[in-house]
Amino acid sequence: MTSATRRVVLVGNPNTGKSTLFGVLSGLSVRTANYPGVTIEKKVGRLADARCEVELVDLPGTYSLSPRSPDEWVAVEVLTGELPGEPDAELIVCVVNATLLRRNLFLVSQLLELGKPVVIALNMIDSARSRGLEIDCERLSANLGVPVFPVSASRREGIEELKAGILQALDQARDFAPQKPLPKRFYDLCDEFSGDLSGLTRQPQAVAAGIEPAEGIPSRYLLERAILDRGGEAERQLKRQFGVPGAERLEAVRTRIESQLGPLSDVECDHRYAWAKRQTEGVLGAAGNAIHGPTERLDAVLIHRVWGLLIFAALMFVIFQFIYAWSGIPMAAIEAAQDFVSDRVQSAMPPGTLRSLIVDGVIAGVGSVVIFLPQIAMLFLFLAILEDCGYMARAAFLVDRMMGLFGLSGKSFLPLMSSFACAVPGVMATRVIENRRDRFATILIAPFMSCSARLPVYLLMISAFVPAISIAGGLISLSGVVLMAMYFVGVVVAIPTAWLLKRTLLRGEPAPFVLELPEYKVPDLKTVLHRVWEACKAFVIRAGTLIFAASVVIWATAYWPADHTRRHELERMIEASADGEGEQVAAWEAELKRVSAAALEGSVLGQVGHAIEPLVRPLGWDWKIGVGAIASFPAREVIIATLGTVYSMGGDVDEESEGLISAIREARWPDGRPVYNLAVALSIMVFFALCAQCVSTLLVIRRETNSWRWPILSFVYMTALAYIGALVTYQVTIRLVS
Amino acid sequence: MLTLDQLRPGEVGQIVRIEGVDGISCRLREMGFVPGESVQFLTTAPLGDPLKCMIQGSRIALRGSEARRVLLAEPISQAAPLAQKAPGLAPRLSTTGP
Ligand SMILES: Nc1nc2c(ncn2[C@@H]2O[C@H](COP(=O)(O)OP(=O)(O)O)[C@@H](O)[C@H]2O)c(=O)[nH]1
Ligand SMILES: [Mg+2]
Repeated sequence: MTSATRRVVLVGNPNTGKSTLFGVLSGLSVRTANYPGVTIEKKVGRLADARCEVELVDLPGTYSLSPRSPDEWVAVEVLTGELPGEPDAELIVCVVNATLLRRNLFLVSQLLELGKPVVIALNMIDSARSRGLEIDCERLSANLGVPVFPVSASRREGIEELKAGILQALDQARDFAPQKPLPKRFYDLCDEFSGDLSGLTRQPQAVAAGIEPAEGIPSRYLLERAILDRGGEAERQLKRQFGVPGAERLEAVRTRIESQLGPLSDVECDHRYAWAKRQTEGVLGAAGNAIHGPTERLDAVLIHRVWGLLIFAALMFVIFQFIYAWSGIPMAAIEAAQDFVSDRVQSAMPPGTLRSLIVDGVIAGVGSVVIFLPQIAMLFLFLAILEDCGYMARAAFLVDRMMGLFGLSGKSFLPLMSSFACAVPGVMATRVIENRRDRFATILIAPFMSCSARLPVYLLMISAFVPAISIAGGLISLSGVVLMAMYFVGVVVAIPTAWLLKRTLLRGEPAPFVLELPEYKVPDLKTVLHRVWEACKAFVIRAGTLIFAASVVIWATAYWPADHTRRHELERMIEASADGEGEQVAAWEAELKRVSAAALEGSVLGQVGHAIEPLVRPLGWDWKIGVGAIASFPAREVIIATLGTVYSMGGDVDEESEGLISAIREARWPDGRPVYNLAVALSIMVFFALCAQCVSTLLVIRRETNSWRWPILSFVYMTALAYIGALVTYQVTIRLVS
Repeated sequence: MLTLDQLRPGEVGQIVRIEGVDGISCRLREMGFVPGESVQFLTTAPLGDPLKCMIQGSRIALRGSEARRVLLAEPISQAAPLAQKAPGLAPRLSTTGP
C-alpha cells in the first residue's frame, strides 16, 4: 500500500534543539553515514509509529541556505533533491527557536523558496512561555502559509501533534507554490539569466566529468544563490559548468540587479528581514523579557578576565586528568580481561599457528579497539556536558586569541588538548568545528600532540641514557627537562604545520568566528548519555573494524615466513611441566626467548628492518631499532615489547624492566661500540614524538574526513618530519657531546 | 565611522552597514547584523579578543576584526542588559565587573 519510502528532511539553526527533536521523532532507529566526498554526516531515522514508511534525515545546523563550502552545498542539494543517488525530499521540517523567532525566519524564508512543502516545529516553546513570550501560532501559520506546531522537544510536548502534522502534510498535494520574499524584479532578472544560460553550450570538460544537474540548467534556487553569493559554492559550480561565458553572464545580471535594486549584499538580507518582520506582525504578543538574566550573571563570572580563566583552567585540568590518568582504571580492566581470555584460549588449545593467530591477532585486535573506549567515553561525556549546559561556546570564546597562534579558532582547543591524552578521541572531537578548513587543519596536527602512548618510550630512553643530573636541590632534573622538551616538540612542529596547511592544501577565505553563545541550562542526562553512546558506537563500527583488520595483518607480518616449529615445541614443553618451575623449565624459557627473537628476525617485519638499515644508520640506529620503529607503526607503544623480543628478553617487558634497560645499554655494534648513547636515545624520542605511528588515529582520520587522502597525507608528512627531526637531533647531539 | 569594536561595555549602537561581501559578512547578516538593528556591546574576552554582544535577543561572540565590519550610528544609550527596565539609570554599568 505504501509505495516507496517518503523522505522528510529536518533543518534549522544551530542550537534550536534539532538533534533532540530528531531523537524524539525517530526513537532508536538511527543510522549514520557520510555523503560521498564530503564530511557532513547523513543521519537517517524512521518516524516512530508512522502509518507509512517515513525516513527522517537530519542535516547539520545552519543559519542560512547560502552554501560557501562543498559540505554546505551538499546540504542544499539534499533539500532540493538534486544530489545524485539520493531520493527526493518530499517535506522539509524546519525547527525554529521560539525565543529567537525573527532571526530564525531568515532561514525559513529561504526554505519557502524551494517550492517544497514545509512544516514548522516551533521548538523551545516552554522557555518562550516561561519568559512570558507569547506567540500566536495560528496567525504565524496563516502568514507563512505553512503549518506551525508549538513543541518542546526536550519535554516531549506537542510531539504527537507534530507527527500527525508531518503525516498530513505528506498526504496532501505535492506541488507547493514557492514563496517569493525578494522583490519581483529580482526573480524576473533571475529568469532572464536562466534563459541566457540555456543558450550556452556546456563546457566539454563538465560533460566529460559528468557534472550534470537534473535539467541542464540549475534550479531556480541554485541560480539565485549563484547570483547572490559572491565567491560562494553555487557560483563556483556555475562557472565550472558554463565556463567563461557563464561567468560573464553572471556578472552582467549582477550589475543589472545592483543598478536596479541596490548593493547585492543588501538585497537579500534587507528583504528577508523585512519579510520576517511582516510575518511576525501581530504574532508576537506581550514582548516578555527576552533576555535571560541568569545567563548574564553566570557569564559575569565564567568569562571574567580572572575568574573565567581560572575556572576554565581548572575544568580543563579535571577533564585532562580524567582522560589521561583516570581512564587508566577501566583500561587496565580491559587489559586484564584480554589477558584472562588469552589465558583461557592458551590453556584450551595446543601451541601453534592457530593459537597464535587467535591470541596475538584476533584477541589482541579486539583489545586494541576496545582499549580506546574509556578515553572516548570520558572525553565525550565531558564534551556533551559542556555543550549541553552552554559552556562549550564560552570555552572557544576564552581561548580564541591563544589559538590564533596556530591560525585556528578557539573551537580547536578542546580537540587538541584531548589529543595529549590520545589523538583518537581528539580527532573525533573536531566535529564541533563547523568550518571545514579549520577542522581539517586541527585533525592533521592533532597527532603531533604527545599522547600517552609515547610516554613509555620517553621513559625507557630517559631512564637508560639521560644522565641523572639535577639542580636546585633536586627540584629540576635533566630527565624532567628532557621529558618536557619532548612534549613541546610536537607543539612546536604543529604551529608551522597548521600555518602551512592553511596556506596550501586548505587555502580559502578566512573562516568566520562569529559564534552564538547560548543560554546556560542544566544539562539533560539523557541527551548527554546519548552523545556518549553515539561516539562509542561510531568508533567501534566505523573505525574499529578497520583497526581490528589492521592488527590481524600486522600479526601476520611479524609471524611469517619464519619457522616456528621449535618455538611452539618449547611452549608445549613449558606448559606441560606441571609447576612451571625448575632448572629445565628455566632453560627452555631462555631458549624460547632466543627462538622468538630469531623468529621475529626471520619474519617479514624483521626482514624489512634489515632492509632499511642503511636508511636508519644516519639516525644512529641499528636494524633492531629499525624493526622496533617499524613494528610500532601500528601502535607506538609496541616498541617496548618489540625491543624486549629482539633483545631476547621476551615480549612481557615494560619501560621499567631492569633487564630491558641493561640489555639496550649493553647492545653493541659488531665492532664493539655501544649502539645506544644519548644522541641515539634523543633521536629515537624525537622520531616517536613526530611520527604517525598509530593506525587507529589514521583510520579515525579516514573516517572523520571521509577520504583516504588525508590519512595518507598525515602518514607521509609526519613520517618525513620524524625522519628529518631524528636525523638532525642525532647529528647535532653527536657533534655536541663528543 | 564608529564600529562595533569601539563601543564600551553596555553601550548600544544602531547598525548602518556591514562591510564586505565575503563569507564573514554573509554570516554576520544571517545572524542578525542588519542595518537598522540595535546591537549592544557586552564585554571582551579575557585576552582582549573576541567580544560579546547582544543582537536580536541572542548573544554573539565575534572577533575584533569581524566587529570592525559592523558600522554604527553614534551610540544611542548605555543600558546594561540587566537594567533594561530603567535604561537611563545605569549609564556606565559594565558587565565585566571592575
Ligand atoms: N528549553 C528547551 N530546551 C531544549 C528544547 N529542545 C532542545 N533543548 C536544548 O537545547 C540545546 C540544543 O539542543 P540540540 O538538540 O543539541 O540542538 P541542535 O544544535 O539544533 O541539534 C540542548 O541543550 C537541548 O537540551 C526545548 O524544547 N526546550
Ligand atoms: Mg545538533
